[in-house]
Amino acid sequence: MSRQTTRKRESIEVALRRASGNANGGARVTSARAAGDAADAARRLSGRIATEGLADVNYASLDSPFGKLTVAATERGLVRLAFPEEDLDAVLERLAARISPRIVEAPAPLDSIRGELEEYFAGRRRHFELPLDWTLVGPFSQRVLRAASAIPYGGVLSYTQVAAEAGSPRGSRAAGNALGSNPIPIVVPCHRVLRSGGALGGYAGGPERKRRLLELEGALAPASTLPG
Amino acid sequence: MSARLPPFQRFLDEQREVVWRVLVSSVGQSDAEDCFQETFIAALRAYPELRPGSNLRAWVLTIAQRKAIDVHRARARRALALADPSDVEASERASPRGDATAEASDRVPAHDETLWAAVGELPERQRSAVVLRFVADMRHREIAESIGCSEEAARSSLREGLNKLRKVVEV
Repeated sequence: MSRQTTRKRESIEVALRRASGNANGGARVTSARAAGDAADAARRLSGRIATEGLADVNYASLDSPFGKLTVAATERGLVRLAFPEEDLDAVLERLAARISPRIVEAPAPLDSIRGELEEYFAGRRRHFELPLDWTLVGPFSQRVLRAASAIPYGGVLSYTQVAAEAGSPRGSRAAGNALGSNPIPIVVPCHRVLRSGGALGGYAGGPERKRRLLELEGALAPASTLPG
Repeated sequence: MSARLPPFQRFLDEQREVVWRVLVSSVGQSDAEDCFQETFIAALRAYPELRPGSNLRAWVLTIAQRKAIDVHRARARRALALADPSDVEASERASPRGDATAEASDRVPAHDETLWAAVGELPERQRSAVVLRFVADMRHREIAESIGCSEEAARSSLREGLNKLRKVVEV
């Protein structure tokens, strides 16, 4: 009698778990359909959030000769460009802390930014017209990065010259730091700043990328022979 | 150790499935989409004011429950309107042709449909307790937090809800 009751008690609970995809007495078994439907619904949601402008930061990725880049923008403009090897979670967490946690992955608001970058990598664009958001950049770094932005496509300047342009003639080390922490590389062309002797100097995305960007822009002759 | 709010996208990625399951269980497949959108839009609006370290799952499921309750109340209003003989035209406009099509496209097996329909018939608090316990795998304390009652009240709502369901599925 009591055994019968116990069996009955289980049945409704088992039925509920099975029907909700939580089979095996509560051990969660992911139902592929629910997972897929939820992912689809979430994508439609991100699209709607983007269309209605409800997020403070939108981000998307794009393919480039350097691999997958991530671009993030606020309503003011492009605020961050991340290279493939940067930890995306960490990048987004810093944006959440510095700007707003209302961050959503949505390609549409970034279409023009992605388009300009694709044209640039194809050699069809010599300067960027997209608006920038300098929120992540302090006042001194902003002067340095704006000075770097003024270097034309195909040109280069030395760290000392950029420091002088930024109003800090003896601050070439500080200028180097500002350039090294550029949150919007490629678009803010910190790669156009070299050592005084003409040596490449450092680059947050790696010196090889700096060389390739300068070759693309015609500021450096392409390496004629492969090493080895 | 500073507990910061994760970027909203990560919150969405982590909670979308449990929210979807809860909504499908509470309102059915065809109304789940709208409820899902409304839930996360409401969550996005309130998100920056949320206290870091909050139980994000309980929070978003509370919102989802409220949206599900809105759907049930709207259905109850429609049912009342349908029952009103002075409004025959409205009842024809709202006749369940669309509903039948929607049900046909739902891929939930028939016996699960019966079960969820029975869950949908439960009083609000019992329905919430059952759905949060069995769909979201929540503990009694979390259920209480999510519906805003004592743990004991959550336990008894769950018990009462299960008793009613038992009668339905064991027929």
